[in-house]
Amino acid sequence: MVDRIAEIWGTRTPYARDELWPTRVDQVLAEGVDESDVERWVQSACVLCSNGCGIDIAVKDGTMVGVRGRSLDIVNHGRLGPKGLFASWQGVSNEDRLTVPLVRENGVLVESDWETAMQRIVTRSRNLLDDKGPLSHGFYTSGQLFLEEYYAQAIVAKAGIGTPHMDGNTRLCTATAAAAMKESFGSDGQPGSYVDIDECDAMFLFGHNMAESQTVLWMRVLDRIAGPDKPRIVCVDPRFTEVARQAEVHLPVRPGTNLALMHGLVRELFINGWIDQEYIDQHTMNVEQLRATVEPWTPEAVAETCGVEADDVRRAAEIFGTSERVLSTVLQGFYQSSQATASSCAVNNLHLLRGLLGKPGCGILQMNGQPTAQNNRECGADGDLSGFRNWENPEHVQQLVDLWNVDASIIPHWAPPTHAMQIFRYVEQGSIEFLWISATNPAVSMPQLSRIRDILSVDSVFLVVQDLYLTETAQYADVVLPAAAWGEKTGTFTNVNRTVHLSEKAVEPPGEARSDFDTFLDYSRRMGFTRLDGTPLLDWTGPEDAFAAWKECTRGRPCDYTGITYDKLRGGSGVQWPCNEEHPDGTVRLYRDGVFPTNPGYCESYGHDLLTGAPVGPESYQAVNPAGRAIFKTAPYHPAHETPDDDYPFRYTTGRTVYHLHTRTKTGRSPQLNGAAPDAWVEISARDAEAYEVAEGDIVRVESRRGHLTAPVRVSGIRDGSIFAPFHYGYWDEGGVPGGNYRAANELTITEWDPVSKQPILKNAAVRITKIADGTAASPAPTTTASRPVSTAGRGRGVLPTVGGPAAQAKETIAPVAPAMVVAEEEHS
Amino acid sequence: MKLPVYLSLLHTSEGTLAASLRQVSEGHGHEPDVHFICQILAAQCDVHQEALAPMLERFGEPGDDEPERLHVDGLSTTRSGPIGLLRDLQDLYLLASLVDITWAMIKQAAQGLRDAELLSIVTDCDGETAIQLRWLQTRMKQAAPQALILAG
Repeated sequence: MVDRIAEIWGTRTPYARDELWPTRVDQVLAEGVDESDVERWVQSACVLCSNGCGIDIAVKDGTMVGVRGRSLDIVNHGRLGPKGLFASWQGVSNEDRLTVPLVRENGVLVESDWETAMQRIVTRSRNLLDDKGPLSHGFYTSGQLFLEEYYAQAIVAKAGIGTPHMDGNTRLCTATAAAAMKESFGSDGQPGSYVDIDECDAMFLFGHNMAESQTVLWMRVLDRIAGPDKPRIVCVDPRFTEVARQAEVHLPVRPGTNLALMHGLVRELFINGWIDQEYIDQHTMNVEQLRATVEPWTPEAVAETCGVEADDVRRAAEIFGTSERVLSTVLQGFYQSSQATASSCAVNNLHLLRGLLGKPGCGILQMNGQPTAQNNRECGADGDLSGFRNWENPEHVQQLVDLWNVDASIIPHWAPPTHAMQIFRYVEQGSIEFLWISATNPAVSMPQLSRIRDILSVDSVFLVVQDLYLTETAQYADVVLPAAAWGEKTGTFTNVNRTVHLSEKAVEPPGEARSDFDTFLDYSRRMGFTRLDGTPLLDWTGPEDAFAAWKECTRGRPCDYTGITYDKLRGGSGVQWPCNEEHPDGTVRLYRDGVFPTNPGYCESYGHDLLTGAPVGPESYQAVNPAGRAIFKTAPYHPAHETPDDDYPFRYTTGRTVYHLHTRTKTGRSPQLNGAAPDAWVEISARDAEAYEVAEGDIVRVESRRGHLTAPVRVSGIRDGSIFAPFHYGYWDEGGVPGGNYRAANELTITEWDPVSKQPILKNAAVRITKIADGTAASPAPTTTASRPVSTAGRGRGVLPTVGGPAAQAKETIAPVAPAMVVAEEEHS
Repeated sequence: MKLPVYLSLLHTSEGTLAASLRQVSEGHGHEPDVHFICQILAAQCDVHQEALAPMLERFGEPGDDEPERLHVDGLSTTRSGPIGLLRDLQDLYLLASLVDITWAMIKQAAQGLRDAELLSIVTDCDGETAIQLRWLQTRMKQAAPQALILAG
């Protein structure tokens, strides 16, 4: 047994390049439950991060009593991370769950029933549609629902109501991943695969604290590092993360300067001839534009702007330029910072310059932040057209018209879909009067929270919130709908590397809670949405019907699901799309042949100017016709719009800790995880701590132009001049509202977004700090990860190591079976 | 030779557009994309002006027989609300269109003169003006339905 709070990544199982990652099955059962007590193990995949690990749910007496990793799954080879082990089941089996609908009466939410709640929703919705039309409606969806639910929701919004105002919280986590792939390759679709970790010689992690955000993926990296021919690691992160500790080169850039660094790396490839001219000639376009844009960015210029060593820039570029196989991963450090899309496209550019794509060990993983974000993007619950279709392409719109058998004019395609921040702006201005929020918590996760709270409180909007718990956001609702959780419903979802998993229903939802799927179908039925032939728009009876319809929607598109059935996903492992007649076992990696989905008739987007977000447009795109070539997209570096000054001298950045997901609705209800990271903190470097005369545990106020928070200090390995705050902590376990004591990181963040991906810039703001009081104890920050104290800190205030104790013991079984192999033939050809 | 008249028109128009973009940026601070991107576009106009300066020098003063009503006024104030935003963006669009078509005239003249230096300046700048127009047009297309149908 291993304490998996203290030992986050568990026991090492070293392996060498081109070997299969050994299996290790991780298991946790509730206290007092023995393996022989488990009545059933129900197949699923984990939803506590975006990694998508195969998981079995232990059921006893109709309740979830634990989990184990699925040994045969290609994603995790049996392993689970601390969040999966402790929060997946405890996060939903909780007495706080919503069990009946709530409606607002005289300003107060009171318990009600489904008939009353749905009637209120439908009455308001119908009246608004009749009086003001579809643009009065907005939907803010999630990265947590199942594929079938997103597809239902997308059809309701696009073909039932006809509103372009639909987006997911994926806008906050993964919009830039999608945008960068659309710009470079013509369509969303992950080029690489997790198996590339087994096969690479070097790994670049760009703004990706993989050790905390995808722990099981990091186990795979750690096992390679522990093996005989470890990959060379390069880390771009302003904090001294676990990734940085393992890195040969750590580039702790100033927040907001990613693109300058990327220009420097790209320039080094050109200068040193570390490029594949034949690949560039045959498979790409616009290389001269790229060369001209990066030209000024010498290592010295990068050092000046980014605050890193020029020689480290050279060393990093040399590793990229000379390693045989390079894998890159990208996450929020790039996606939530300034010039997000341009910086993320620069990663694609590095790989295109060397032709390091579509080959073993040569992948790009533009990561997702959430377990089902990929499906949100595929289905178009983020506003895009379903099946990676192009809203500017009339033929693509017609395909949906034919699939759904609706009038062509109802599908909104006259302008870009309305992104999340703009939806909230329309609510603020009173022109969206019906807002439906499902499975997300903007009252904690969106930027500039005082403004978001004001928007959720405007009188003109009728707010529907669908969730497991009475979240900070749900408290503003007019109607709250209790949702069935993971394990209480059946459906599929897809992870970062395109692996589709089936998640079966293991137990009944509590009380009257219903699946989001059933709720959307009920709404559509009550609203009377129909097809042109008069039949119901959604005539499905269960999720498998929706999956069948979805398969038709994806036929011939990059995300082709036509070869997948629920039965194919039962037993064994998940399957990677595209899976169709041509690829019956799925596809390990895309673009093996160097042909990209950039054909004008096929592409998902005609692209944008990365500096301003201005669209290229169909005429210009067709004029240069990329015709299957990838496109080098870039933009000149532009400093962040809010940089430190005399009043606000620090750069502020936000992020996560390994023990929590999002706003802690699940992880905060796991005693093991909550005990490991029970409350907010802020991080400051040792030098800055000394200058401001603050020590470990002292209480400080951190303030931006928009708000402040108060929290104890952890003196950590963060770079000088920067302040970090974890974004998990809201107010649901503190009385529901701030009540004068602010601790949410997003009180301070700026309302601004990337011009192309529209992803909010949550990782760059200017702040100042003030010491409020001497500390009486160490801060609650974990000691096991990036928030670990630096050795010189503490000054007599004992920081205890983060451990889980008896409750956090997990069973690890090393190599019970041979490792799973990716099944596609291509891997062995 | 009337080319100096048009170089002067372009130089002035870029300045007018820059000032108007900054005006709109300030006046619509609650629309963060408009606020920040208008600043970026204004900076591009500044660079265009600087790029034109040597040409004004080389081709000389326009003289005092320039056409009537050559120059247009920029935005002196901004409007408020969704319709106000739309109208302000439309005004910017008109100004940017003038800049755009003037670049096109200059380009024609540069080609007629086989003036490589002037042509290279046009090539560096006119693409950015085209992008400015596309950005303005898309932002208006996004805002128009909401502003025209629903805004109070």
